[in-house]
Amino acid sequence: MSSIVLILLTGVGLGALYFLVASGLSLIYGLMHVLNFAHGAFLTLSAFIGWQVAQALGTASWGSFVVSILVGALVGAVFATLTELVLIRPLYERHIEQVLVTVGLSFAAVALFEGIWGTDAVNIAGPAWLKETTEILGARIPNTYWVLMLAAALVLVALVLFLKKTRYGMIIRAGVENRSMVTALGIDVRRSFTLVFAIGGAAAGIGGVLAMHYTTFVSAHLGATLLIFAFIVTVIGGLGSLTGAAIASVLVAVLQQFANVYLSGTGDFIVVVLLAVVLLVRPTGLMGRKA
Amino acid sequence: MTVTTGVPTLIPGRRGAALPFVVGAALVVVMAVLPLLNISIPGILPGATYTPGTLALLSLCMVFAALALSYNLLLGTSGMLSFGHALYFGAGAYGLGLALKLVGVPLWPGVLIALVGGLAIAAFTGAISMRVSGIPFAMVTLAFAQAGSVLVRRNQDVTGGEEGLRLPVDQIPAWLVGVSNTRNLYWVTLVVLVIVYLVVLWVDRSRLGHLAQATRENELRVQVLGLRPYAAKLLVFVAAALCASLAGIAYMLLQSGTQPSAVGADLTITVLVMVVLGGVGFRWGAIVGGVLYTILDQRLTVLARAEWIRDLPDVLRIPLSEPLFLLGVLFILVVMFLPGGIAGTIDAAVRRRRGERTRSQLRQIDDADDAVAEPAAVRA
Repeated sequence: MSSIVLILLTGVGLGALYFLVASGLSLIYGLMHVLNFAHGAFLTLSAFIGWQVAQALGTASWGSFVVSILVGALVGAVFATLTELVLIRPLYERHIEQVLVTVGLSFAAVALFEGIWGTDAVNIAGPAWLKETTEILGARIPNTYWVLMLAAALVLVALVLFLKKTRYGMIIRAGVENRSMVTALGIDVRRSFTLVFAIGGAAAGIGGVLAMHYTTFVSAHLGATLLIFAFIVTVIGGLGSLTGAAIASVLVAVLQQFANVYLSGTGDFIVVVLLAVVLLVRPTGLMGRKA
Repeated sequence: MTVTTGVPTLIPGRRGAALPFVVGAALVVVMAVLPLLNISIPGILPGATYTPGTLALLSLCMVFAALALSYNLLLGTSGMLSFGHALYFGAGAYGLGLALKLVGVPLWPGVLIALVGGLAIAAFTGAISMRVSGIPFAMVTLAFAQAGSVLVRRNQDVTGGEEGLRLPVDQIPAWLVGVSNTRNLYWVTLVVLVIVYLVVLWVDRSRLGHLAQATRENELRVQVLGLRPYAAKLLVFVAAALCASLAGIAYMLLQSGTQPSAVGADLTITVLVMVVLGGVGFRWGAIVGGVLYTILDQRLTVLARAEWIRDLPDVLRIPLSEPLFLLGVLFILVVMFLPGGIAGTIDAAVRRRRGERTRSQLRQIDDADDAVAEPAAVRA
């Protein structure tokens, strides 16, 4: 019983991390039809800058932990905004070239990060509490998972509130639904593209700093590993669907954890099998709309 | 005012139509006698053309040119943006190594086993990933390649894990082993490149290739005509994968070993960079891209170790000592300002002089995607 609770909760925690990366990807794809390969680079840069900030303020304190997360979100948002303005916007409506540009950016960024911070992983020591465990129903859950879940829940609530309650959120939702109609009504959808990139970048930035604490180290390839799972999650959840991304994140991560424990470490492989099955049964994903 | 596609079509009887074949044959002959000559190109080649170091670099160029050609068949001919092409390259490389190591067969049956293995993996993964198209297709192929990469890294006792797999040398004919026989390996890779070129040419010119091109332009219309776009795309996909496997086999022989990176997403992205650099939709562009990228990568790595770079301030030193950073930036610039790549730009210039209008191949794939996406959006 306790081991099942452990696997379940760590799975949800890992799913929270996937969601932080996948939410931005899904929104960006839904609105702009851009597959953003540079999302991993946003995440990695945020993690490195977050590491620098935490290092400067003293890693053990909660203050520096929170500040590093906020700085990570800011860095992710700024990097994403610049990417959209400089690289994506000039290639408006040329989706394949937009994808290629983000591929090139991630290619160059990873190499640059290796040049700046070295090819070896950099270790990070967070607040001591993160290293401890909390006991739930006999299962000892590492505390990093609670932080991940809390962060993802906050981001999810903030995103839903933003999308449902604000004018810009309404434009974004309408744009995902039918962009030509929104444009026909005289609303400049392009302005919301930058916004979506900034939001996605901020979520990825938070994810980056937390992923660093989760793995206790950061390397230039942190983003690439997470990005592939985020892609899988967005396809399974249905491209463009935030709810789909949330459900699929948890589903994928829990399945992955169970397979890792009970099927001798085949978690990564099972996830791809799940992807294949979902595509065979339901090519549009769990919450995908377009037939 | 005719809008021509980026793929040059052969019109029988047109003056100069045989020119590409004459040039191509002459190039192959020149490449074939290169190891017997003493030509030095300082700054591009590390030494005279008969030295093993130069021949190894040229062979690597040809392996990647073959891989880029196979990728161009996928992206250029049938408009499929795959991020999992390295899987089939790796299948060839690892397939050969494993066939020799586990089954214990000699080289040529091993090559056959590796090709059949690559074919099986391609047919299986291709059939599933083609349930979706466009960007989701890219994601799914990426996931498959990643699964392959994970399998290779995890099963340490079979594939050697992160250490990579060494080629069991005693099962290879003696004339293909050792630095002194680099010349023979060079000729083998040249043969592989020619085979891949001919296969790609044959697919492009066949009814299958035309069907795949038609599907790229307008899948719905192909369906309405009673043809099966799925089968055509799958066949082209498998053909491209088979060519990639062959390139992987040549790579394995050349390097007498392979690392897990031969399966990973990074290699696919590298190939994508080569093809876009050379020009999507042009066979000679893919070859130019593959060769150019490999030589640039090698030269930039040498540059990174140069004395004068080390003395520069950090702001300049770090970017300049990362070859992949420079190549990534070059790639971004090409996509943004030279969307046809090298071959596309030259081709467009030639066509403009003849008074024809052109569009880059990438644009065409985009337009085709939109044509498919728009009716769906209206329906939803």
